[in-house]
Amino acid sequence: MTGKGGTGKTTVAGALALALAAGGNRILLVEVEARQGLAQLFDTPPLPYVETKLAANQGGDVIGLAVDPEAAMLDYLEMFYSIKRGGSVLRRMGAIDFVTTLAPGLRDVLLTGKVKEAVTRQRAGTQIFDAVVLDAPPTGRITQFLQATNEVAGLAKFGPIHKQSVGVSTLLHSPQTVVHLVTLLEEMPVQETMDASSELLAAGYHLGRIIVNRARPELVGAGLLTPSGMVDEQLLGAGLAEAGLDAALAPALAREVSDYASRQQVQQQAERTLAEADRPITRLPELSPPMDLGNLFELAAALDVQEWV
Amino acid sequence: MTNRGSSGSERRPGAPALDLDQLLKDPDIKVIVTCGSGGVGKTTTAAALALRAAEQGRKVVVLTIDPARRLAQSLGLTELDNTPRRVPGVGDSASSDGALLAMMLDMKRTFDDVVSAHTTPEKAEQIFANPFYQSLSASFAGTQEYMAMEKLSQLRNQLVENGQWDLIVVDTPPSRSALDFLDAPQRLGRFLDGRMIRLLSAPARAGGKAYLKVVSASFGIFTKVMTKILGNDLLGNVSAFVASLETMFGGFRERAEQTYELLKASDTAFVVVASPEPDALREASFFVERLQQEEMPLAGVILNRVHSAEANLSTQRALAAAERLAEASTPDPSTELAAAALAVHAEFAESARQDYAMIGRFAAAHPDIAQRTVPALATDVHDLAGLRAIGDALAG
Repeated sequence: MTGKGGTGKTTVAGALALALAAGGNRILLVEVEARQGLAQLFDTPPLPYVETKLAANQGGDVIGLAVDPEAAMLDYLEMFYSIKRGGSVLRRMGAIDFVTTLAPGLRDVLLTGKVKEAVTRQRAGTQIFDAVVLDAPPTGRITQFLQATNEVAGLAKFGPIHKQSVGVSTLLHSPQTVVHLVTLLEEMPVQETMDASSELLAAGYHLGRIIVNRARPELVGAGLLTPSGMVDEQLLGAGLAEAGLDAALAPALAREVSDYASRQQVQQQAERTLAEADRPITRLPELSPPMDLGNLFELAAALDVQEWV
Repeated sequence: MTNRGSSGSERRPGAPALDLDQLLKDPDIKVIVTCGSGGVGKTTTAAALALRAAEQGRKVVVLTIDPARRLAQSLGLTELDNTPRRVPGVGDSASSDGALLAMMLDMKRTFDDVVSAHTTPEKAEQIFANPFYQSLSASFAGTQEYMAMEKLSQLRNQLVENGQWDLIVVDTPPSRSALDFLDAPQRLGRFLDGRMIRLLSAPARAGGKAYLKVVSASFGIFTKVMTKILGNDLLGNVSAFVASLETMFGGFRERAEQTYELLKASDTAFVVVASPEPDALREASFFVERLQQEEMPLAGVILNRVHSAEANLSTQRALAAAERLAEASTPDPSTELAAAALAVHAEFAESARQDYAMIGRFAAAHPDIAQRTVPALATDVHDLAGLRAIGDALAG
């Protein structure tokens, strides 16, 4: 799940995980940006680097995991190289700083690598998680984030890192991985959505849905404005008087109506642009903040995931 | 911490008002940094402040990191270009001393310039040809933070040297965390001080063969780990890269430290931008606390995109009146219009109530930080006139 900053991608990722859990599924919800957004969303203490149950929905569970690149690196070393307690040596040498910050491509590989590990993990021959929902970096960086594995696979032409990177890259490019884009009906988020979707397609990823978040209702019908798109203040004043209000409110209310009408136009233009992406669109209602678990269930229902398949 | 502009026009209980005009006019201020989480209007704010300062007579250069296409166009920026260019239509009249220059950060070119400036042409060519360098400079996330700070320090040096501009307004990269750009230069320093650097460059220095002999026994575990993980091939590339960069590392670190000091100087002002949403305000809180802790000069917080309703009418009364209209007479154009207007008003009034509740909480938590509320505009910026309007909303 990606989207421009401020579009609510973490919230939508949480709602999707809840929706997918319904009916007895085990869903892993992963965050990778060290913002503790999941803990905020589900109102829990900050998540450690341990899979933690966040919520239940109709017999299914949402398990949360905040992947931290440093821990993921140590995890990786232990898992694939049986190197235990190498952490303190590596830290002293500056290797952890190097991997997690100075060569941030490696950081992204560790993060996506952890996701792959969760996706493929099995117990008694069956996969542990029915789905993994990743609250991914924003649209501006999503392609780079996913492509880091290719980049690294190209740098390390053989050897263990090459093999790892190719494995992750193959999973991310397979139809098993779908990228959903969250947007608001505003110019900049829509532009970024369009840019990201063509970049992702060009890089060979599978796109899922565009999720329009917090759309405002169309309150001002075209017939209510004058032919030049203005508000007739006298007409409005008369209507207000009819409703038992002071007609003197008309000028201020007229400005609000004009303002709202231009926002509607921006929304309509945004809808037209999004239609060009030729992806299925899901619309979510605007809910009153602060987001709580009740709200999240409402959004999960509004996602209507049965329709997605 | 400095609180500038405690006597603005807008004052809410608990928090002093942020007077941005006073900040823009202050000749002692040379650098303004806008920061905040993604999607709060940081880049637009930087551009609007820069334009306003230029039109008040300052010679301003604005460094944008990743501007939206139309914002870039409105500044006359048509492509990634690492050189500040004059924005047409600003300060053109003979009566004005002001000027606005704008540039977009070209991360790769900035990195190349740093390399060229610190080494011989032959060595630079070697570095440019290394595949590890190519990836690092062009595509890996995070390099943006270093390069933005590097560019800022270049612009700051030019300000002192040739006086082409007297104010730099800089936008910060859309990082994982708004704090990344503050930490990046320091992390670089920490890394360069570490032994990892020497270890990584050791094989290349020894011709790639005698790696294990070069390093002392205390590096045993590390060496084993690195060879095991990286394999000889990648280790060779990384090592060659690090070895070839080694000569310029001194300069690199020095500059990173300088940039950090520059950000702490009293002629710098940080402006934190947030929108009235939980995530953005939380990020703004982190930032404010961090700046205070580091004794960095925080001018104040802009609470951007705050909704408001113009008509003085409560949500409840508006909804009740709309109900009366619905129940009463057959609809006619006047009552239909009034019903729509009341619905619109209820929507705005409710958004305003939520927004003010959010920013009220923020103000209560940070009563000593200057704040300024800026209304949500209906449309995005398309031209200089749009940027001017935002400037008025910010500081007017």
